[in-house]
Amino acid sequence: MVDFAGWYMPVQYRSILEEHKAVRRAAGLFDVSHMGEVDVRGPEAGRFLNHLVTNDVGRLFPGRVLYSPMCYPTGGVVDDLLVYLRGPEDYFLCINAGNIDKDLAWIRGQAARFNVVVTDRSPDYAQLAVQGPKAPAIVQALTSVRLDLVEYYHFTEGTVAGVPCLISRTGYTGEDGFELYHPAAEARRLADAVLAAGVPYGLELAGLGARDSLRLEAGYPLYGHEITAEISPLTAGLGWTVKLDKGVDFIGRAALASEKAAGSAKKIVFFKTGDRRIVRSGSPVLGPEGEVGRVVSGTLSPILNEAIGSALVDANAAAEPLAVDIRGAKIALQIVRPPFVPLKKL
Amino acid sequence: MSNVPPDLKYAKSHEWLKLESDGTATVGITDYAQNSLGDITFVQLPKVGAAFKAGEAFGVVESVKAASDLYAPVAGTVLAVNGALDGAPEKVNQSPFDEGWMLKLQLAAPAAVGALLSADDYAKLVG
Repeated sequence: MVDFAGWYMPVQYRSILEEHKAVRRAAGLFDVSHMGEVDVRGPEAGRFLNHLVTNDVGRLFPGRVLYSPMCYPTGGVVDDLLVYLRGPEDYFLCINAGNIDKDLAWIRGQAARFNVVVTDRSPDYAQLAVQGPKAPAIVQALTSVRLDLVEYYHFTEGTVAGVPCLISRTGYTGEDGFELYHPAAEARRLADAVLAAGVPYGLELAGLGARDSLRLEAGYPLYGHEITAEISPLTAGLGWTVKLDKGVDFIGRAALASEKAAGSAKKIVFFKTGDRRIVRSGSPVLGPEGEVGRVVSGTLSPILNEAIGSALVDANAAAEPLAVDIRGAKIALQIVRPPFVPLKKL
Repeated sequence: MSNVPPDLKYAKSHEWLKLESDGTATVGITDYAQNSLGDITFVQLPKVGAAFKAGEAFGVVESVKAASDLYAPVAGTVLAVNGALDGAPEKVNQSPFDEGWMLKLQLAAPAAVGALLSADDYAKLVG
């Protein structure tokens, strides 16, 4: 158990490696109640959010989910989040636990000029993520909502095991699955129901350790690692989330447009090593002429059985042979485009 | 509760030592240590013939969470290392006192073993 953004959370229930493999093979149940939730409502809610985030909120329709960074004017990232459109003036955000206070202050500061009401709902909601190829069957066993009609990055509202939920077909593992937002007081009841329904399918409880190794194997960014106040979405390879041409002058647009025009000075690359020694976050990355960057995430891929990770490196060094030093051994980095493992097209 | 076999000696740094009848010793890490580390992903062991002082780092054990040094409980020279851990470091999790052994040592001074913790004392330390 560890302290994580003020929450007392399990790194693992049984084994990070086994929990990871269970999610890829069958399913895992993650308690992600630490995540923050925010309501943004009012006549200008959509216009405000399109100013706030880099992706195009104008593309949303009720029942659709959007992933987006939220940037500073510098192009650095305040946080990355999910935007849900529930109704014409009714949006719901899911933000990172460690950023809740900072995000709320930022969002409220930016909202002052708009006719919107921003409400922190984090204490009201618990969230369970059911992830893995068996997740649809497991959740379907607990609800009369037709889950086959809820496509990836869409959501609906209904009851699961009698608990009212926002049922979101999203996740942070690269697998199919659902994130279930529900009243905090019902979390235990819902978790027990999912566990009971899931165990016959091979579902296991999964902790923060597996959550991190699964997201890295899928090539998803983690705030504070691949994206930070200093690492823009373009630098992080998230150009698809930056809609410079959406017709709105969003926060960070000018800086991101310049970065795009000039080319990013640094970039996030993903690597594997063919070796089991984990390349730890913070390790210097060495090019032929010396240090060219730092590792920002590193773990052992339980599926590939070798070290995988990501690094922030000088853009002009990214195509050169890169290596790290682990206790005196020089380990070559093989640059790869994630995901590291074949994932079902969602 | 951790398993603490009564016939072994222990270091505060969570290695165990088994004194063999021929005066050599086998060394590994305890059940408590493997459980604290979590999934062990890599074990780096010294070459046969390497000599270590008591308390000197002889290798590294890596888990998903962290890399930790391994310390010689007593002074000695390495007679053998467990090569099976190269391909199967998880043996340290599964069988820390048996298949997960790490070193066989020729002891520099067998009497030094007396200074290590007994099973009872180690059990109190990790209790």
